[in-house]
Amino acid sequence: MIWNEKYESMSRNDLEELQLTRLQAVIRKVYDKIPFYKKSFDKAGVKPTDIRTIKDISKLPFITKADLRESYPFDLFAEPMSDIVRIHSSSGTTGKPVVAGYTRKDIDMWAELMARTLVCATATRDDIIQNSYGYGLFTGGLGVHYGAEKLGATVVPTSGGNTKRQVMIMQDFGSNILTATPSYVLYIAEVAAEMGVDIKELPLRVGILGAEPWSDSMRDEIEEKLNIDARDIYGLTEVIGPGVSIECEEKNGLHIFEDHFVAEIINPETGEPLPYGETGELVLTSLTKEAFPVIRFRTKDITSLHPEKCKCGRTIVRMKRVTGRTDDMLIIRGVNVFPSQIESVLVAVEEVEPHYEIVVDRVGHLDDLLLRVEVNEQIFSDEVRKLEAIQGKIQDEIESLLGISVKVQLVEPKTIARSEGKAKRVRDLRKEKE
Amino acid sequence: MTVKQISIFLENKSGRLAEVTKILADNNINIRALSLADTADFGILRVIVSDFHKASDVLKTAGYTLSETDVVAVEVPDKPGGLAGILAPLKEAEMDVEYMYAFVQSSGQNAIMIFRFEDPNKAIEILKGSNLKILSGEEVYRI
Repeated sequence: MIWNEKYESMSRNDLEELQLTRLQAVIRKVYDKIPFYKKSFDKAGVKPTDIRTIKDISKLPFITKADLRESYPFDLFAEPMSDIVRIHSSSGTTGKPVVAGYTRKDIDMWAELMARTLVCATATRDDIIQNSYGYGLFTGGLGVHYGAEKLGATVVPTSGGNTKRQVMIMQDFGSNILTATPSYVLYIAEVAAEMGVDIKELPLRVGILGAEPWSDSMRDEIEEKLNIDARDIYGLTEVIGPGVSIECEEKNGLHIFEDHFVAEIINPETGEPLPYGETGELVLTSLTKEAFPVIRFRTKDITSLHPEKCKCGRTIVRMKRVTGRTDDMLIIRGVNVFPSQIESVLVAVEEVEPHYEIVVDRVGHLDDLLLRVEVNEQIFSDEVRKLEAIQGKIQDEIESLLGISVKVQLVEPKTIARSEGKAKRVRDLRKEKE
Repeated sequence: MTVKQISIFLENKSGRLAEVTKILADNNINIRALSLADTADFGILRVIVSDFHKASDVLKTAGYTLSETDVVAVEVPDKPGGLAGILAPLKEAEMDVEYMYAFVQSSGQNAIMIFRFEDPNKAIEILKGSNLKILSGEEVYRI
């Protein structure tokens, strides 16, 4: 089923025409209303009138997460606060969070996108949608909620946590659709088994899963364990939240709602645009958002775009499932982790440039973080308890900084592989297992 | 009067101890006394060798992390209560032993205990006051 046949299945020509009209309008607006964009366009020597075709978008400068942070909290809003009806924000684990504002029209548009998303993943107004995405500043909970109401389905706003109750509701209410992070879904399945509930026999039909990277083998596991159809959903606070793209029944990439977003793939090193089919960094531009438009936002997510018409009937472009990031950000148990954060703890403890390796693995259903640290003369002691105290100190400080547990292993110097003299910082065994 | 001990960080995996001893052997360095403390992940090898400077150099060159520690070598009378006689005055003076290990001299009748104290010089004064024989570094390296 397609919620909005007109916009999801229009000809590519008509779509590009629509995109161009909307792009020209939003460019004019940000140039006139947001000092950041005026400055950045002027610096790049580009004027709103230079955008004559959709391809001209590549003349515009990028905006990065750092730019968004520097504008904390409201500097990139294009509408007065009196017209802004809601605020969401990113978690801000690496500094100031990114704050997104929505006008009433933005909320309606977002609900439309989420209705399309849910329908693309087989939802109908007869379904009971159990929404286990967190409600709050996080865009997941309320994003799904408004879309489900717009569709006319029955939404159960369980939010995250209280897993036994989640299972009870799933059983007693007969939820057909579950929206959650993929790792939480596996945890729900585990808890159900402990409670003696055969989750495979419940009416649950579809899982709409995202907010963290997951592999095809994890999909297989979820589909097998819960006897459901598991779909990947993509979105980000900086752009709108969930509702940017979703997998259809073909599971051959995620359809991007291109009447509201322009998607580009660029070479992350040079910033040059790459043609369809080639893998690079995804760059997104919002065409219709009023309060918080973003022009050429660098997502740092690695993917490729495929414009061929899909068997599902949609003509809008598909993005491959995100396979990695251009920066070294790791997502561990839903928490964004940068190796630089771990490094700062080690520098404080060791007082010299540390050699370390971050090993992330998925043990059972949980991500496991192991930090291997080379022992240098600053931290070495001939007494076991002193070395163990250092191990514990690094462990405690990382745990209090990131909010996730870590095991610290002390290793001999030069045991961590170095490429061009610099230690290779991250080994993500979750990827190797895919 | 203290004795120089080299402590070496080793990962708890096979062949590590063999490698260190081979480096010492290849450089004609004799191990006088040795002790190994270990946890599930790592171990600390503590050695007293014939040539402390040379051993420190060759091990550092080989890439090991090590530290040099001043320890105290005490002769233990070979009779019941020998060790107790050493520990009693230490306890009296509230002097904690961080760790200790023993080895036997090839010629003498008595065993030698190596003690690690937070303040080795103060410990030496206490032990001397109890008429115990403290061995100098030179004496131990030459054993």
